[in-house]
Amino acid sequence: MDALVAAAKAEGKLNVIALPRDWANYGKELDTFHSMYGIDITSDNPDGSSQQEVDAIKQLGGTSRGPDVVDVGMAVALANTTLFTPYKVATWGDILDSQKESTGLWFQDYGGFMSVGYDSAKVPAITSLDDLLKPEYKGKVALNGNPKQANAALNGVMMASLAEGGSVDDISKGVDFFHRLKQAGTFVPVQATTATVKNGTTPVVFDWDYLSAAHGKDVPGWKVFVPNSAVLGGYYAQAISKVAPHPAAARLWEEFLYSDQGQNIWLQGLARPVRQAAMQKSGKIDATAAAALPPVNGTPQFLSPDQATAAKNYVVAHWDAAIS
Amino acid sequence: MTTAGSPAVATNVGRPTLGGRRFSLDWIGVVPFLGYAALFLVLPSAIVAFGAFFDANNAFTLDNFTHLSRSYIVKSTIDTTTVSAITALLGAALGAILSYVIVTGSPTGLLRRIVISASGVLAQFGGVTLAFAFIASIGPAGLVYLFAQSHGFDYYAHGIWLFEPIQGLSLVYLYFQIPLMVLVFLPALDGIKPQWREATESLGGNTWHYWRHVAGPLLFPAFLGGVLLLFANAFSAYATANALINQGQPMLAQQIAGALSSEVGAYEPGFAKSIAVEMIVIVTLVTILYTQLQRRTSRWL
Repeated sequence: MDALVAAAKAEGKLNVIALPRDWANYGKELDTFHSMYGIDITSDNPDGSSQQEVDAIKQLGGTSRGPDVVDVGMAVALANTTLFTPYKVATWGDILDSQKESTGLWFQDYGGFMSVGYDSAKVPAITSLDDLLKPEYKGKVALNGNPKQANAALNGVMMASLAEGGSVDDISKGVDFFHRLKQAGTFVPVQATTATVKNGTTPVVFDWDYLSAAHGKDVPGWKVFVPNSAVLGGYYAQAISKVAPHPAAARLWEEFLYSDQGQNIWLQGLARPVRQAAMQKSGKIDATAAAALPPVNGTPQFLSPDQATAAKNYVVAHWDAAIS
Repeated sequence: MTTAGSPAVATNVGRPTLGGRRFSLDWIGVVPFLGYAALFLVLPSAIVAFGAFFDANNAFTLDNFTHLSRSYIVKSTIDTTTVSAITALLGAALGAILSYVIVTGSPTGLLRRIVISASGVLAQFGGVTLAFAFIASIGPAGLVYLFAQSHGFDYYAHGIWLFEPIQGLSLVYLYFQIPLMVLVFLPALDGIKPQWREATESLGGNTWHYWRHVAGPLLFPAFLGGVLLLFANAFSAYATANALINQGQPMLAQQIAGALSSEVGAYEPGFAKSIAVEMIVIVTLVTILYTQLQRRTSRWL
C-alpha cells in the first residue's frame, strides 16, 4: 500500500470522467482524495453517460487525457471488459461474488433501489403506482432520462412493470403503464433534473432512491416511495482502464473508494455502498447516514445481464410509440 | 487563409506556360475555401456515409439502412420534417413582415437598431436555456400558466401541448427562426430603392403592380433562400428539442444521439450514421427543390 501511494504521488494526476459532483456524493469523494494524497484530479464531462466513458477510453486511450477509471452501468461494464485491466482492492473479500468479475475486471461500487420521489407540497401522497393515473397528477410525472439511453430510466420502467404484474423477465407491463400515464395526461416528456424538480415542472420523478433523496436539499417536502411489490435494485461498477495514463493513481483511487472512509462518503450521499453489509457487521458504518436511507420493505430483485438485454430490446422497439 | 494563398498568386499569375499560352491560375484563390470545405464538410460526410455500411464489430452490412424503416424512425422523420417545414415557412413569413416594418421606418431609427441587435442575439438563443425559459414561463408549472389558470384560463385544459412535438417544438423554434430571417432578409429589403416605386407610380402602376412586377421578383429568391436556411436550421437542431421533449425523441438528431450514447446496450454507431445519411439526403432533396423552384420563379416572374 505504501509503495502504491508513493507511485501514485509520483504520477501526481488522476483522470476521472462522468462523475457529477452531486451524484452519490462524488464531490466529497474527489475533494477528500485530493486533499489526502495531493493528487490533482481532472474530472472530465461530469454529466456524460456510461457509454461516453468507454468511448473516451477508445478514443483517448493512453494519452494524457484518457480516463484512468470509469464508473459505469452494468450493461456497459459487461460489454467492454476488453478495455479494462483486472485489479482487486484490499477489501475485495467484502464484495459478494455476484457483485464482481472474478478476476477483478469490474466490481460493483454502490447502488440503490428504484423509487418514485415526489414533492408532498404539490401532489397528494403516493401509496401505489396506480395513484399516478389520477387527475391530481396531470402533467407532473417524469423519468430521469430516456429509457432507450439511460440506465436509471430503463430501471424506472422495469420497476413499474414489477408493480403492475410484470416480472424481471417482462418489462412490457411497465411500457404499458407509461402508455396509460401518457393517455391520462400525467406523464411529461421532459427529462427530470435538479432544475425541473426545483421549479416544480416535474414534482413526481422515477429515479434511484439515492439520487431522488438528494432533491430534499432543494425541496423541503420531497418524499421517496418504494412500492413493496417492486423493490428493484441496481448497482454501478468500477473498472480501471487497461491503458490508464496514471495506473498507480487509478489503483489508489479504487483503494480509497473501497476503504471504510470512501464507502461511508457514498453512504452520506444516500447511495448504498457495496461493502455496506460487511461494514455493518464490523461496526465501521456511519450509523447516522445509514439511518437516513429511505425505508425499503420487500425482497429486492436484480436484473441479470440477459434480463437487462431483453428489457432493453423491448423498450427500444416499443417505447417511442407508447408515449407519443 | 488568404495570406497563405496570395504569395502563390502573386508569383504565378501571368507567367507564360507551355507553348506560350497563358494559363489562368486565378483558381488558386479559392484553394483555401475548397480545402476548408473538403476538410469540414466533404470529409466528415464521407466518413459518416462510409461508416453507415458497418456494424458495431466493423463487419460490412446493409442492416443499418433497412433499420431506417423501424416505426420510430419513420415517425421521427415525419415529425422532424413537419416541424422544420412549419417553422421555416412561418418563420420566413413573419420574419419578412417584421423586416418590412423595420425598413419602412427610419434607417437610423431606434426601432431598427433595437430589432437588429435583438435579432442578432435571439437568432443564437437556443438549446437548453431556451427550452427551460419556455418551461419556466409558459410550462405547466410556469409563472404565466399559473397566473392564467388562477384567472380561469387553463390553456392546457386539453393536454400539455407545449410537450407535443409539432405544437411545442414549432412554437419554441420560431423564437430563433424569426430573428434569423430578419437578419438574412433585411439586406435584401435594403437593396430595394424607393425610386423604383416612384418610377412604377409615374408609369401609372399601382401597389399591386409594384409588388407583382418589381419588388416581388427581386425579393422572392432571397425569401426562398431564407426558407431553405431556416429549414436546415430547424432540421439539425438538437439541444432545444432534447431539453423540451426527452421522451419519444421526435427529432432525428435525437435518434442519432440515442443510438450513439445509450448506456443500456442500444449502442448502434452504424445505425446512427445511417440516420445521419438519411438527414443528408432529405436536406439535399430540399435544396434541389429550392434550386428548381428558384429557376422556375425566375421564369414566371
